[in-house]
Amino acid sequence: MQPAVEFRGISKHFGAVKANTDVNFTIAKGSIHGLVGENGAGKSTLMSILYGYYRADGGEILLDGQARNIRNSQEAITLGIGMVHQHFMLVENMTVLDNVMLGSEGGFQLKSKRATVEAQLREICTRYRLDVDPLAVIHDLSVGAQQRVEILKQIYRSANILILDEPTAVLTAQETESLFEILRLFKEQGKTIILITHKLQEILDITDTVTVMRGGRVIGAVATAGTTKEDLANMMVGRPIENNLPRKPYNPGAPVMQIENLQLVDDQQVKLLADIGFTLRAGEIVAIAGVSGNGQSELMEILSGMRLPTSGKLDFLGKALPFAGRSDADGLPRTFRELGIAHIPEDRLRDGVVKAFSVMHNTILGYQDKLKNRWGLFDFKAIAARCAELMKNFDVRPNNHDLRIGLLSGGNQQKVVIAREVLAQPKLMLVGQPTRGVDIGTIESIHTQLLALRDSGVAILLVSVELEEVRALADRILVMCGGRITGELKIEEFDTTRIGLLMGGMHKS
Amino acid sequence: MNNHDLPRWATAFVMPILNLLSALLVAALVIYLLGESPVESMGILINSAVVNPEGLSYTLFYASTFIFTGLAVSIAMQAGLFNIGAEGQMYFAGLGLTLAMLTFDSSLPMWMLIPIGMIGAALFGALWAFLPGYLQAKRGSHVVVTTIMFNYIAGALMNTVIVKYLVPAGEQNPASRAFSAAAEMPRLNQWFPVLGETPLNISFFLAIIALVIYGVMVSRSSWGFKLRATGLNKHAAHYAGVRISKMIITVMLISGALAGLGSVNSIMGSTHYLSLNFVGGAGFVGIAIALMGRQHPVGIFLSAVLFGALIQGGFDLSLEKQNIPPETFIFIQGLIILFCGAMENFYAPAIAALIKRKK
Repeated sequence: MQPAVEFRGISKHFGAVKANTDVNFTIAKGSIHGLVGENGAGKSTLMSILYGYYRADGGEILLDGQARNIRNSQEAITLGIGMVHQHFMLVENMTVLDNVMLGSEGGFQLKSKRATVEAQLREICTRYRLDVDPLAVIHDLSVGAQQRVEILKQIYRSANILILDEPTAVLTAQETESLFEILRLFKEQGKTIILITHKLQEILDITDTVTVMRGGRVIGAVATAGTTKEDLANMMVGRPIENNLPRKPYNPGAPVMQIENLQLVDDQQVKLLADIGFTLRAGEIVAIAGVSGNGQSELMEILSGMRLPTSGKLDFLGKALPFAGRSDADGLPRTFRELGIAHIPEDRLRDGVVKAFSVMHNTILGYQDKLKNRWGLFDFKAIAARCAELMKNFDVRPNNHDLRIGLLSGGNQQKVVIAREVLAQPKLMLVGQPTRGVDIGTIESIHTQLLALRDSGVAILLVSVELEEVRALADRILVMCGGRITGELKIEEFDTTRIGLLMGGMHKS
Repeated sequence: MNNHDLPRWATAFVMPILNLLSALLVAALVIYLLGESPVESMGILINSAVVNPEGLSYTLFYASTFIFTGLAVSIAMQAGLFNIGAEGQMYFAGLGLTLAMLTFDSSLPMWMLIPIGMIGAALFGALWAFLPGYLQAKRGSHVVVTTIMFNYIAGALMNTVIVKYLVPAGEQNPASRAFSAAAEMPRLNQWFPVLGETPLNISFFLAIIALVIYGVMVSRSSWGFKLRATGLNKHAAHYAGVRISKMIITVMLISGALAGLGSVNSIMGSTHYLSLNFVGGAGFVGIAIALMGRQHPVGIFLSAVLFGALIQGGFDLSLEKQNIPPETFIFIQGLIILFCGAMENFYAPAIAALIKRKK
C-alpha cells in the first residue's frame, strides 16, 4: 500500500482549546477514507490544516511520502489537494464554465481560453459521468448538480486528493447514490478521497478505511470491512448508543390540530401546498417524511403563524386559528405561541436564534414579553436563573450563558432552542429537522427529550428528511411530495421502499 | 474580522483609542505640511476645547446637540436602519419648535414653553421621519435613499417657509423674529459664572437624560430586545413574534423625534430664532457619533464631546494660526470617521496577534 497522505503528530491549539492533539494516521493512495467524529472532534481543523487554512502547532504532513509545508490553500491546490465544502463556493449568476475558470482565467481575454476549457470540461464530464452542462447558469442547477460542479472544479484543477466535507447533508437519496458512483470512478482512476460525514451508513457503503476522532485525538483507524455501525458509534461517542429509546405505549388523546383542505399558492401562482388534511392528537408524534423542498417547510411556517395560508380550515383545540382578515403574518407567531404552539424551526440559524445575542438572550427569544415587569423592563437575575436551569437540564456546553450563541456548536445551539420551546409547556410542538448538523451523542439526547414530551401528552409534528429519525420517533408517518400528502403509514408498517416510492410521488400503491 | 475574537476591553477601549490617535497623527502631519507646529497646534486645540472653561462650555454646548443626533442615528441602527436623515429631521423640527414659540412665547411662562418647544420639535422631527419609515416598512423602499431625499426636501421646504412666511416685515435677514426671553433655555453660566457668555444650557442635562433612557430601553427592556433582534436577524425577529413593520415605523418616529430634540439646544438655547441652515451638519455628525460610539450610550456621549471639542478647538486654532484654514476641523472629523468607522478593525489583527503571543 502506497500512502497518499500521512499525518504525523499533528497538534493544533486555539487558545485553551486543543483542537488536534498528536494526530497520526495514513491514507492509502487510491482509496476512499472516511473521517468520522462528533462536532468538535477536530475533523474540520485537521482538514483545514491539510488544505492550508491553518498551520499546525506541531507535527508534519507527508504527501506521497514527502514532508510538505502547506502554507496556504493556493499551495495545497498546487500539490493536488482539492476540497468540496459543505457550503458551495460558487457564483450563482455565472455559468459552470465561468465558475471553473474563476481564479485561473489565464490572461486578460477570456474568449480563446473559454473554448479550450469548455472542451476540457466536456471531456471530464464524460470520463467521470458528471452530467453537468458547462454552459448552464449555477442558480438553475439542483443542489446535487451544484455539488458536481464543485467536484468538476477540483478535477479541472487536477486534484489527486479530494476532501469532501459532509457532501450528502444536502442531497436526496438518489443524488447521494450518484455522488457515490462518481467517487467510485474517482477511486478507479487512482485518486484519493477523504470523506467527512456524520452518517455511519455512508461510511459502511463507500469507504475502504475509516478514522474515528474524538476530542481532537484519533480513537481508531480501522478497515471498513471489519467494522459495524455500532462499533463506530461507540468509538465516536465513547459510550454505547441506545437505538431503541424507551417510550410509553401509543395512546393518543383528544385532537389538538385539525387541518382540512389546506392550500398555499405563492405570488407567482405556484402551488406550494395542495389539499393538505390531517389530524394531530395529544401524546402522539406524527412525522412528515419527504425530500426537502416538497412543502414541509411551508406547512410548518403556516402552523407556527409565520406565514398565511391561501385557504383551508385549521382548528387548534377546536378553535379556528386566527388567520382570518389578515393581510400579512406580522406578529402572528406571538399569538400562536400564546395559544400553546411552540416551534423548533428547521433553519436554526435563520429563524431560531439571533447569532449575535448571548445564549441567555436567546433563551428568551419569542418569550420576551412574558418576562418583563410592568415597566417593560427585564429582570435579568430571574432570566439568568431560568437560563441556568435550562442549560443544566439540557446539558448545554460550554456552561456559560454570556457566550454569543454563534460560538456554540450546532448541537448545543439546537439544545438551547429545544430547551426554550419545551420550557414554554406547549400543547403542540412543531419540530423541523431537529438533528440537522447535530452529532450522534446529542441526537440521542434530543430524541429522548422529544419522546418525554410526547409521553407527557404534547402533540408533536415532526418534519425530518432522515428516515432513521422518523423511524426512531414517529407514531404515524405522513409522506409529502410536491406539496401534497402522498401517503400515511403507521409505525408498524414502516417500510423504506414504500416510503421511498411515496416520497417520489408514486402514491396509492 | 471573525477570525480574531477579541476581548471586550480591546474592542471597547484599546481599538477606538488607537484609531483616534491614528487620525490625530495624520492630522498632525497635515498641520506640519501646512507649515505650522503640530505640537503647538494640538496644544491650542486642546486648551481651547477642554482646558479653558469658556471653551469647555462651548464644547459641551455643541455636544448637547450631537448627543441627540447621535442617539437618533444610533437607535435606528439598532433596528438595522441607516437613518441618514437626522439632518433634515432636525431642520424640519426647528420649524415645529419655532411655530410653537411664535404662538405661545408672549402668553405662557418659561416652565410651560420649554416642554411645548420640545414637543413641537419632537413632533415635527418624527413627522419628517415617518414617511421614510412607512415606505421602508410597507413598500421596502430603502430608508437610506428616502432619508437623503428628505434632507433635500427639508432644505427646499424650509427655505420657502422661512423666506416667504417667517421673516418679519422689513427685515433682510432670512430668519424668524426672535422669541421672547421666556422662551430661552436657562443657561448654566447663571449658576457657574466661570463659563462666561457661553450658550451652554440645560439642554445638556436633557441630553444626558435621553442617553440614560436610551440605554435602559435598548438593553434592559423587552422593546429594546425586539428592536435589536429586528436589527440583527429579521427572520428570527419574525419568528419571535415581533411586528417588524410596526417596529420599523416606530423606531423611525423615535429617531426623528430625537434628531428633532437637537434643535431645542440650537434654537431655544442659543440663537432664539429660526434661521436658514441652522442645523449646520449636526445631523451628519450624528452618523459619525453613532458609528464611533458603537451605539452605546457612553460611547455616544464620549464621541459627541469629542466632536464638540474638535469644532470648538478647530475654530480657535484657525483664528490663531493663519496657515490653518477654518475647514481643518471638517478634515480632522473626516479622518476620525475614516479611522474609527471605515477602518474600525484596522488594528484588530495586530492586537489579536499580540494577545496570542502573550499566552
